[in-house]
Amino acid sequence: MDLITTLALIVSSSLVYSAPLIFTALGGVYSEHSGIVNIGLEGIMTMGAFAAVIFNLTFAPVFGGVTPWLGLLIGGLAGLLFSLLHAVATINFRADHVISGTVLNLMAAPLGVFLIKAIYDKGQTNNITANFGYFSFPGLANIPFFGPIFFKNTSAPAWLAIVVTILLWFVLYKTRFGLRLRACGENPQAADTMGINVYGMRYAGVLISGFLGGIGGAVFAQAISGNFSVSTIVGQGFMALAAVIFGKWNPLGAMGASLFFGFAQSLSIIGNQLPGFQHIPSVYMQIAPYVITIVVLVAFLGKSVAPAADGVNYIKSK
Amino acid sequence: MFNLSEKNKKFLVPIVSVVAGFLVGAIIMLVWSYNPIQAYGSMFSSALGNMNGIGETIREATPLIFTAIGFAIASSAGFFNIGLPGQAQAGWITAIWIALANPNLPKYILLPVCIIAGALAGAIVSGIAGVLRAYFGTNEVITTIMINYIVLYLCQYLMQQIMSPKLRVDMDATKTVSANGSLHLDWLANFFGQSRINAGIFLAFIALLGFWWLMRKTTTGFEIKAVGLNQFASQYAGMSAKKNIIVSMLLSGAFAGLGGVVQGLGTYQNYFTQTASLDIGWDGLSVALLGGGSALGILIAALLFSILKIGGLGMQTIAGIPYEIVSIVIAAIIFFIAINYVVGLLFSRKAAVKTPTDHHPTSTQAVTLGKEEQL
Repeated sequence: MDLITTLALIVSSSLVYSAPLIFTALGGVYSEHSGIVNIGLEGIMTMGAFAAVIFNLTFAPVFGGVTPWLGLLIGGLAGLLFSLLHAVATINFRADHVISGTVLNLMAAPLGVFLIKAIYDKGQTNNITANFGYFSFPGLANIPFFGPIFFKNTSAPAWLAIVVTILLWFVLYKTRFGLRLRACGENPQAADTMGINVYGMRYAGVLISGFLGGIGGAVFAQAISGNFSVSTIVGQGFMALAAVIFGKWNPLGAMGASLFFGFAQSLSIIGNQLPGFQHIPSVYMQIAPYVITIVVLVAFLGKSVAPAADGVNYIKSK
Repeated sequence: MFNLSEKNKKFLVPIVSVVAGFLVGAIIMLVWSYNPIQAYGSMFSSALGNMNGIGETIREATPLIFTAIGFAIASSAGFFNIGLPGQAQAGWITAIWIALANPNLPKYILLPVCIIAGALAGAIVSGIAGVLRAYFGTNEVITTIMINYIVLYLCQYLMQQIMSPKLRVDMDATKTVSANGSLHLDWLANFFGQSRINAGIFLAFIALLGFWWLMRKTTTGFEIKAVGLNQFASQYAGMSAKKNIIVSMLLSGAFAGLGGVVQGLGTYQNYFTQTASLDIGWDGLSVALLGGGSALGILIAALLFSILKIGGLGMQTIAGIPYEIVSIVIAAIIFFIAINYVVGLLFSRKAAVKTPTDHHPTSTQAVTLGKEEQL
């Protein structure tokens, strides 16, 4: 295997595995900046994956190649609806954010499997026919050296995720909406005094995280797993949450962390094709992403600080 | 009329939540044109209608009591230990491995050694998260989750690659432990219609007493609670926050490990390939949240969820309703526990209105809450 092929394999599979994490981590960033801790991202991804697979299986004959992209929207909407539970519980009903998020995680997989059984009469769906596959950028793919590595046979959702990241970074730090959202996560009392609707902003934060988390799940289902079962989403949501912390609650940082975790995940898949990795027992490759996540959190903590009112219920005085 | 004191709320919230959770399950079943009355009927009759069902229900509750105690101890100290599945799995494989490796040791030595080793294994796994939290401030929610996956893959590797092939039946299951390492009791199993109920339930009662004693009567328990309530105040009073974080996580993991031990030496008598984090961990978490962290609450909640889980199997066979509805109901119950503020709110509104017709607040509550869920 020559250098370019090896690098291309590593980059493209890292991108494939990063894409779901980037979308979901961006959701986490928005939710936490509004002041709501969202450990329900895992469950939200599960619902997104579920909805996207059902949509894809049903409508692939109608929409053909566009199906997975529409599936993203459907997955996003499913995640948004599901996150509404978390929003209502934490914003209006003063629930503990971690417990409410755990409920989403406990609820999602059984709900998905229950519905799959109710619809298809079996525990996991068929494989989808219209998946993302590989994409080559016309023109860019022909650049010498960089073309084959970054732009040929690569993951289109990952590049979309990178574009969305830049967009969401701009919204969060350069627009009035972003400033208000961050104010609600830092000091809701002060924000309220200035006439900002804290509850409304927090709803926006959680629902955006629901939409993006749903997209993350939909990407995973339509680019990686190819079907929906109880074990489709196993820990990616928590990894995205770790990426939020590692990325210091900044969209660009979260993207960088997600790319890193995506790389770690892809290693366990492509490891046996890489020179020098064949002889490592597969268990080390399997646990590597999780170990790396912990090591990274331990090593980089203290340098990252959550929004001040993150996880604190805001109770408006009468 | 209904002046809801904190004490009354402590009882009302779980009851209202359980009723509301069942209603959510019923609504979901109705939407997919299953019959909820038939479903819940077959659920309760298969869990409690015969001695075998009762025995299995108690057997199912046994590990949940341990894992719930584990969650409750960490929770008192202000930590959200969702590493219970990994800690229980570590306890399970450790106990089975030792029992299989020493089949001829006398029972009064082998059994205690297995049990203690299983508890230690659980404590070591959770201790990692405790130390990281105490010394580096690492968020325990993420570390414990990540450790769950690490333990899941490591146990697979340990069983398939490290364990002597002589102890295994095939790549996916170990042999059955000898009678000297088993918690099985003939008379108990026979009494409960040949179910898998075992001596673990007696250990669970001892654990509940120990938990009550630890939290109510000992300095350790007092310090754990104090750190959970206000870390800075307890530090000012001379308690070490770091020490208490680690102690509570070690105790928490030890109990979770014991949950795995009774599952291994009691229920299955062997260890076999696990494809996902252990259910007893997640269910233990739900049990502790419903039980409100008290010994009696944990016992009742563990029995209730076991009725659901064992009855759910019967329901699937008799009424043809997917088993997953059980987990949905449990999650819904915990959701209502989480929004307990609403329960208080609705009751106090009633008190203000003082309508004489409001005799059945619980059922009206539940209906309202059920609708909330449908948002």
